[in-house]
Amino acid sequence: MSLPRALGAVVGRELRLAARAPAEAAQPLLFYALVVALFPLGVAPNEPSLPVYAPALVWIAALLASLMTLERVFRNDYEDGSLEQLALAPLPLPLSVLAKLAAHWLLGGLPLVLAAPLLAAGLGLDAAAGRALTLALLLGTPTLVLLGGFAAALTVGLPRAGVLLPILVLPMLSPVLIFGAGAARAAAQGLDPTAPLYFLAALLALSLTLVPFAAAAALRNALEG
Amino acid sequence: MNWTWFHRLGSPPSFFRFAERLAPWLAGLSLLLIAAACYAGLYLAPPDYQQGDAFRIIYVHVPTAAISLSIYALMAVAGAIALIWRMKLAEVAVVAAAPIGASFTLVALVTGMLWGKPMWGAYWVWDARLTSELVLLFLYIGVIALNGAFNDPRAAARACAWLALVGVVNVPIVKFSVDWWNSLHQGSTLLSVDGIKNPKMSTPMLWPLLASLAGFYLLFAAALLRRMQNILLERERRAGWVRELMEASR
Amino acid sequence: MNAAPLVLDSLTVARGDRVLFERLDLRIAPGEVLHLQGRNGAGKTSLLEVLAGLRTPEAGRFSGPEPEQLHWIGHKNALHPALSAVENLAAWCGLHGADTAGIPAALDRLQLKAARQRPVRTLSTGQKRRSALARLLLQRRPWWLLDEPLAGLDVEGAALLAGLLAEHCAAGGGAVVTSHQALPEEHLPVRHWSLR
Repeated sequence: MSLPRALGAVVGRELRLAARAPAEAAQPLLFYALVVALFPLGVAPNEPSLPVYAPALVWIAALLASLMTLERVFRNDYEDGSLEQLALAPLPLPLSVLAKLAAHWLLGGLPLVLAAPLLAAGLGLDAAAGRALTLALLLGTPTLVLLGGFAAALTVGLPRAGVLLPILVLPMLSPVLIFGAGAARAAAQGLDPTAPLYFLAALLALSLTLVPFAAAAALRNALEG
Repeated sequence: MNWTWFHRLGSPPSFFRFAERLAPWLAGLSLLLIAAACYAGLYLAPPDYQQGDAFRIIYVHVPTAAISLSIYALMAVAGAIALIWRMKLAEVAVVAAAPIGASFTLVALVTGMLWGKPMWGAYWVWDARLTSELVLLFLYIGVIALNGAFNDPRAAARACAWLALVGVVNVPIVKFSVDWWNSLHQGSTLLSVDGIKNPKMSTPMLWPLLASLAGFYLLFAAALLRRMQNILLERERRAGWVRELMEASR
Repeated sequence: MNAAPLVLDSLTVARGDRVLFERLDLRIAPGEVLHLQGRNGAGKTSLLEVLAGLRTPEAGRFSGPEPEQLHWIGHKNALHPALSAVENLAAWCGLHGADTAGIPAALDRLQLKAARQRPVRTLSTGQKRRSALARLLLQRRPWWLLDEPLAGLDVEGAALLAGLLAEHCAAGGGAVVTSHQALPEEHLPVRHWSLR
């Protein structure tokens, strides 16, 4: 078996599917931008304290936008039987899971990171805070996709996992929110945001090494259900 | 080493009989200990020189908070056993422990809030420990909700076991992140948090706390055994030993 | 092809808490097609999943092929509706290390020449089933485990599959097939076996 070819096949299939339905692939980004754009309408026009809440707001919007599509990450494959082929392939299932989630991050996570500087400026964050927020999202959104993917694997065989998924994932993501928004807050106060960014990187390293195995086991459990 | 006792205990009917004998003793002993701790804590222990009588809630708050964490750890250990050795009893333990853990967490939260009112002037303060406890409650609710969503009890228990294992790695991270978050903006509380929660205690204050801790642990053990018995009866309802039991009790 | 036999030794299989069958002994040798029969819910699919390594038996021993030694065609086709048959099979080839050059020939053999570039969602049930079965030809593997392969196939399709099975067995391969319909048995070494 050629490892790069097998990984490429998994990622390529996801990208091809997204290209077939581009409107659907753009939904998380739209949702994210809309939530952030609506928030200022709920407070007074040109509210001076808006930048204080901006990091938390962008992060919450990113959390919800990512979870929106994560429910589907393994569901189609489970329902049409592709998951069985994936489980029997020579490529170890944790690696297939990692490849699928990587593709999912490219499609649903990276756009959120790229849009962050724009949203940060719109919410009145200064350049340093905007940079810290974007970097934090870059380090934090993969963790978000990994843990969300794990929960999606746990609930893949369930008919209505839509509400269950956030209930399982959001408490586990509180550290990502704390460090992610904390980095931007620290930068906004003129402090050094390096420490929370390192914590985010540590969380990413931990989830990259552990979560694929747990998610693969959860998928096998679903196949035996 | 002789492991036959372990295998015998691992079989549902033997465990059921074992729990049937043990649970009443555990429950009785726990009630005795908690009653003694309450009496000693409420009447015998002197009031605190700083907090007056308000500190007395410690005899419920501290044991439940400590046990709420232990139960999550126990759930993860049971989950690992269930996944590695495919042991039915361990699967049942994971599912049975979650609602008890959630209850202990809820009691710890409510007593913490009641304690917060006289100390901080508000029922809810975003204090690091209370916040971590709140996240713990959500983690328990996740396990309970996941278990409830499955039709097949076996697949449910195995999914819950994985969730508990990932969760138990997460608990110290949540604790650490919340501590970091809290230290970034230390609120202007008159008393330091550590001062309230870790007072240097004199013996008449301390022993009721230890008695109450032991009492609540036993209460948890009794509740866990009883819940496991119920789940076993339901999951094994087609098995011969359950039918015999039902015939005998009729 | 030198395929090792599948040997089931006192196998107990359960789905959830429900035991499907207990202490099953069975030996399946290459060179024959085992037609697995039994009423609905008897555990045919679950047994097939155990043979494929997708399901862990409750008790007993099972010695069978490695995943690379078997083809699994479940009752679901494992085809994404938005992709064409060729795209679906190409992704499968990449994942399993098979040569994509064999795809046109395999689809021709299953008489899907005209339909191979259309999205799978526009294909008929039988055409979808044929596309899934085309995997059998993309890589030579000694064991074929087929769950209801005839579902949705017309008479011609069933005859095609019987031809593939006959060639496979003649080359020394083995197959386990569940089916409610009878397999076309001319020139095919079928053994019937019923699960109670």
